[in-house]
Amino acid sequence: MSTATPAQTKKNAEPTTPAGKAADYLDQRTSIGVAVKEFARKIFPDHWSFMLGEIALFSFVVLLITGVFLALFFQPSMALVTWEGKLPQLHGQLMSAAFASTLDISFSVRGGLLMRQIHHWSALIFMAAIVVHMMRVFFTGAFRKPRELNWLVGATLMILGLAAGFSGYSLPDDVLSGNGLRIADGVVLSIPIIGSYMSYFLFGGEFPGEHIIARLFTVHILLVPGLILALVGLHLFLMVLHKHTQYPGGGRTDKNVVGFPAFPVYVAKMGGNFFFIFGVLALMGATMAINTVWNYGPFDPSPVSAGAQPDWYMLFLEGALRLMPGQAEIVTWGGYTLSLNVLVPAVIVPGILFTFLLAYPFLEAKVTGDHREHHVLDRPRNVPTRTGLGVAFLTAFIILALAGSNDLIATHFHLSINEITWIFRVLIFLGPWFAFWVTKRLCLGLQRKDRELVLHGHESGRIVRFASGEYIEVHTPLDEQERWLRVNYEAHKPLELAPAADSRGVKRKGYSTEKRWHRLSRFFFEDRIEPVTPAELAAAHGAHGHEAIEAQHDEHAALPAGAQRADQER
Amino acid sequence: MSENHPTNPSTEVGHAHGAGELVHPERFADPGVPAHKHRLTDTDPKAAKRAERIIILLFGISALGTIGTLVAYFAVRPDGTTPGVRTSTILLGIGLAVSLLGIGFAAIHWAKALMSNHEYIDERHPIESSPEVREVAVVALQQGVEDSGIARRGVLKGAMVGALALFPLTVAVPLISSVGGDWNVSKFRHTLWKKGVRLATDPEGRPLKAADLTVGSVAHIIPDVPASFRQSEEWISEKAKAIVLLVRLNPEDIRSEQRKGASYDGIVAYSKVCTHVGCPVALYEQQTHHLLCPCHQSTFDIADGAKVVFGPARRPLPQLPITVDDEGYLVAEDDFSEPVGPSYWERLK
Repeated sequence: MSTATPAQTKKNAEPTTPAGKAADYLDQRTSIGVAVKEFARKIFPDHWSFMLGEIALFSFVVLLITGVFLALFFQPSMALVTWEGKLPQLHGQLMSAAFASTLDISFSVRGGLLMRQIHHWSALIFMAAIVVHMMRVFFTGAFRKPRELNWLVGATLMILGLAAGFSGYSLPDDVLSGNGLRIADGVVLSIPIIGSYMSYFLFGGEFPGEHIIARLFTVHILLVPGLILALVGLHLFLMVLHKHTQYPGGGRTDKNVVGFPAFPVYVAKMGGNFFFIFGVLALMGATMAINTVWNYGPFDPSPVSAGAQPDWYMLFLEGALRLMPGQAEIVTWGGYTLSLNVLVPAVIVPGILFTFLLAYPFLEAKVTGDHREHHVLDRPRNVPTRTGLGVAFLTAFIILALAGSNDLIATHFHLSINEITWIFRVLIFLGPWFAFWVTKRLCLGLQRKDRELVLHGHESGRIVRFASGEYIEVHTPLDEQERWLRVNYEAHKPLELAPAADSRGVKRKGYSTEKRWHRLSRFFFEDRIEPVTPAELAAAHGAHGHEAIEAQHDEHAALPAGAQRADQER
Repeated sequence: MSENHPTNPSTEVGHAHGAGELVHPERFADPGVPAHKHRLTDTDPKAAKRAERIIILLFGISALGTIGTLVAYFAVRPDGTTPGVRTSTILLGIGLAVSLLGIGFAAIHWAKALMSNHEYIDERHPIESSPEVREVAVVALQQGVEDSGIARRGVLKGAMVGALALFPLTVAVPLISSVGGDWNVSKFRHTLWKKGVRLATDPEGRPLKAADLTVGSVAHIIPDVPASFRQSEEWISEKAKAIVLLVRLNPEDIRSEQRKGASYDGIVAYSKVCTHVGCPVALYEQQTHHLLCPCHQSTFDIADGAKVVFGPARRPLPQLPITVDDEGYLVAEDDFSEPVGPSYWERLK
């Protein structure tokens, strides 16, 4: 701005050290000082569960590093070549260049097999970390305002992760991945009206054709990782903009963030974590064989091996496909075939699961009617319905994944595969419902336990006898930090429903929609446990004669609990 | 940012003793950030020194890991065999892991044991921009709209929107029209099988005589084509549709067939492509005549027209009508009478 300023600055602080000179050089050209001032000592809260997203991020970095290595040697071509390598079972065999180059990476390129195995393990850990990170965010309510959009970004990243995984899995062009592609083709064909054209779109003609590997390669190394990188950038930008959420506790509010400065604490911890994760993945890649394609052989449409499993993150789709009875395939009017036996498990079920994930933050905002920003996380027990829904969702996911391994379960436990399939067909309906009910009850029970603790303190195991002959057990009251953790939450009440007609008796517009939301809100918040109030605590303490030892009698437990029930009925 | 002062007295609530009457607030008050707890390394210089030495040692181990990796790289050359590659992979990988884990553990231990663990408090501000900023932003947009005149010039706006909506076609049309090859989806209906094509074993391509098959045996079958065609890229796509499973049953065991006389002397031939999503149906159980798809467990009864007895498939596997030619070789009498493999919308058209 003013010409005097630079001269003045120079006078004040002429850099003398090499680092200072470099910083000065950079700052004069980029004003990086502003960024350093803003971020160097930015405060981040600390908790082990905040590291789960980091695992995903760093696995992705490892994927990029090992992926570049592999891409330099891989040939994404389906042209047939004769392999001249040393493996006796494959020597001289005709195979695609993609499969041959995968063998060469494994057997001729030094460190190539290590990179392949690290890459594959990283992909599995990447998806697992994303899922566990999403669970943390879901169960603690970190998706609430202002983070709903970042939840959408994260959920999109998970879907892109699935795409990255599937496209990469198919590249070696071995028997297993070829059959995976064939299943994908079968799924695409089931799409009404355009299915067969979509199949041609993917394969450039009939399955498998000559194009799919090259196309998947572009998807796998350019399109999907490009999108993931861009969205990771957005995800982290929003995280910094919002400042990280923090767990409840003394001094933690929606107006502050309590923790440690980025520099040096998180530079060291995050940097260290990256090396730690890369190290563990290297150890896995070194010692645990994965996707030994030379045992499967090059793709041939005829053979298939029993007990074949997709990578774990695709198991739920595989399981859904296995569970659906064939009767669902129908011929519609005009003689067109509607393959609901494929369409429902492979398109509609994941559609429902992903829609639930994407829509949930907005759904919850609607039924709470809460428009405030939330930066302090929920303890999962304090939002029983959300926690129950989350566990129900996971239960459905796990049942489908297990169903995707029904053949392995059958052979390992010597059970009938037909019976297992039938059991899973029933469980997929009962399991999530049961899991929801149990989880919600557990949460309510834990909340009651919290109330109990706040009102009556810890059991001390000390029995005191009074002169009157009365026995009491002395309870130790909670310290104020312990208590604060248990009382510092808000039990949302169901939405109030305004009457159907206004004061002049005219029917209100939108009343029936409101009524539906109201019903959903009641499903969420009908059963709730209010936090202990100071008055209740005083009542539990005060109404007693034994002031000297702050003792609490068991009979008093009934009192606030009864009051609680009355409160709910209102 | 302000350093946390845990000594700040938090207001004692819950026992608020008023003059005479007890008055309780609605909610408990925040007790403030818990008192800072000192670590051993904060209070004992010896412990701090020890932690420092451990961290130095960990960095040292990492450097050794790197050197070890390089030694393994140059000293152990894999010879292209499985054991050789295994040794090299384990040595390189463990070296890499030591090199990385050393740095990881050192940095984390440094952060946890030696770096200051005083908690700080940053203020948060509402995410939304302030009313003043919003006002300026709205004015800026209004001025921009005003300057462009877009609100007044309706036709111009329409022309712009139209042009922008149309231009992606210049890329999309060539791309979509090329990407699907010839778009001739009727190819699903035809395979290499036709009248007189011999049944050959997969993968050798040796034509098969009826006498080669004993009762209860199974053969994986491809159409008999020149060996040179089997070396070509088109072959894989053709083979994907034409694979057949041949089973010889006792003629009296056959309860039904899809076409009268499609079998030959108890030998039945069915498409090996599952009618569910297209996996090769390859697991045959001799006792029950059941054919199981290993991918999704659709089960077909070979003795009963390959009808579905269990699983997610709906339709039986299409049957290939077979007979023998003058020389006694098994041959196809015709192509399949319906498309093989998964169902699709216009399958019956």
